[in-house]
Amino acid sequence: MDMPVTKKKKLGLKERYALMTRGLGWEPSYQPIDDIFPMDRFEGIRIHDWDAWEDPFRLTMDAYWKYQAEKERKLYAIVDAFAQSNGHLTLSDARYINTVKLFVNGFAPLEYMSHRGFAHIGRQFRGVGPRVACMMQSLDEMRHSQTQIHAISNYNRYYSGMAEFRHHHDYLPYLQVPKSFFEDAATGGPFEFIVAIGFAFEYVLTNLVFVPFISGAAYNGDMGAMTFGFSAQSDEARHMTLGLEVIKFVLEQDPANVPIVQKWLNKWTWRGVRLLTLVAMMQDYMLPKRVMSWAEAWEIYFEENCGALFRDLARYGIVMPPCVEQIRLERDHLSHIAWCHFYQARGTSDFHVWLPSKEDMDWLSAKYPDTFDRYYRPRYEYWAKCEAEGKPFEATAVPMQCQVCQIPMMFTEPGDPLTLCQRHAEYKGEQYHFCSDHCRDIFEDEPEKFIQSKIAGHEVFKGNAFRPGTDPTAEGFNPAAEALAFFRIEHGRDNGLHNGSRDEANFAMWRGLAKAND
Amino acid sequence: MAVKAIDTYEFEPADKAENFHGACVIYAGWDGHLLFSSPYAWPLPPDLPFAHFIAGPMAEIFGQHPDWAGIDWNSAVWTRNGEAFVPDMQAGIAANGLRHKDALRFRTPGLDGLNGAGI
Repeated sequence: MDMPVTKKKKLGLKERYALMTRGLGWEPSYQPIDDIFPMDRFEGIRIHDWDAWEDPFRLTMDAYWKYQAEKERKLYAIVDAFAQSNGHLTLSDARYINTVKLFVNGFAPLEYMSHRGFAHIGRQFRGVGPRVACMMQSLDEMRHSQTQIHAISNYNRYYSGMAEFRHHHDYLPYLQVPKSFFEDAATGGPFEFIVAIGFAFEYVLTNLVFVPFISGAAYNGDMGAMTFGFSAQSDEARHMTLGLEVIKFVLEQDPANVPIVQKWLNKWTWRGVRLLTLVAMMQDYMLPKRVMSWAEAWEIYFEENCGALFRDLARYGIVMPPCVEQIRLERDHLSHIAWCHFYQARGTSDFHVWLPSKEDMDWLSAKYPDTFDRYYRPRYEYWAKCEAEGKPFEATAVPMQCQVCQIPMMFTEPGDPLTLCQRHAEYKGEQYHFCSDHCRDIFEDEPEKFIQSKIAGHEVFKGNAFRPGTDPTAEGFNPAAEALAFFRIEHGRDNGLHNGSRDEANFAMWRGLAKAND
Repeated sequence: MAVKAIDTYEFEPADKAENFHGACVIYAGWDGHLLFSSPYAWPLPPDLPFAHFIAGPMAEIFGQHPDWAGIDWNSAVWTRNGEAFVPDMQAGIAANGLRHKDALRFRTPGLDGLNGAGI
């Protein structure tokens, strides 16, 4: 049979893109559009012309598959080579592996949360352009989560603290900080979510996450993590641009949107920076071979880049979030406060901690001349003495936590590094505590949301951190041991001090075997 | 402000006193002793004498600090949620007027941390 030959000109990228986005939308005729898209108005954001949306990337699905598949091939070639050549034994030092643990437990599950969030809002916007952009980002985030887990799974074959990353993300106390951050965003409306994640996280903060982790991986010989970082980088660039496009689109649509967006920027800059405490600590304390200090990264990626961005948004009436003042005051304290906390609360972590060596402390003094020697070195020197005497200092009690960011109340008063900061509020006859004015402001703006917070310590007290069938009234019941069993932490293997840990011993033994004849 | 939502948005507080099996959550932090990274939380029986709270749960943690043994509890200065508070050592937690999720802080004049440096 003869096939009719159509001599149609191949469509250009632009036309294809238009057909694949705008062309896929239609005007509904038998259902009111507000019923089809019930979620894009309740937040108070006014959009008059969805067609004014300018897609920052004209990427069609087929082009997307092609690019991603190509990156995937390269990534897996390197990840496989790294695994097959026992790449983990070429790392700078066994301590580095704790960075990987922090990443897979704290960050990879957020990529997955982000995938879910963007899939959700990709259904909720009535404009076709943003829907397609959100769908693409949703796929990216799923891919990031998968590639991170795949790349890191190689370490899981040899070292502790990674096998239960999903369960730990859901229940382990310190991981409730990243988890609750994303849950807060995902339970907002679609505009708050996209401002929170697309803008405040992807744009304002992503460099402060990616650069330390991925440069840290490169510096410390972790080819796997380095490669997934590079593989994700072009996506991240797209996400940053999308975040910026969203914010400009919303601001240009109606002046009434400006205060709403400003409120979200204030909230999410603060929430993001609180979350970055983990990254600050990783950067200054957990990389055996260091890239740059947290303070230096902050200067480049926040003060310079974000400063420029906020100046750019000034024409819409957007101002720098007020929390930035406090963030500046905390810059030279953040990582030290966090490591001091994790050192003493090491019983409920899934990574190992250690005291900085003399050389580490000298580097920290040089990077933090105004704070380290005065406030933090004395703690480490005292703890080193305790360790040397065979009585390592450890705080086994449950820390008091902030109702909003859920971080233990370890931050000091702005400008007074020797006094812990506490704020208090009452709502419906119950009282709540906060690490800062900014977390209290976030609470007071939406108390009904944050009274639902699952505060990890309280969950233990309420009996929600025990395995099914546990009888807390039984004789000899040990709540701390039971809680660890529920958290799936094997005491002494997954947590505690790096020195003397099984991970440290195995790494030394395997590396020895790889380098010697016997 | 109310949460903007697509429907009624009202919830029970997750940490109401009745969810703690009769215990009352009390927080306590030791000012001027940053060796301890945060205040801590304990679920306490409401009739636990205040002195036992100090000698038991608090001592277990704070007792690691060399200053602890030298504290004169008569001169310790307490606050509750930022306001002055004078505990009756023999009375229980509830009889001291303490409420669920009260945050206590105490200062020990003359004992100001390692080498007096607030740590």
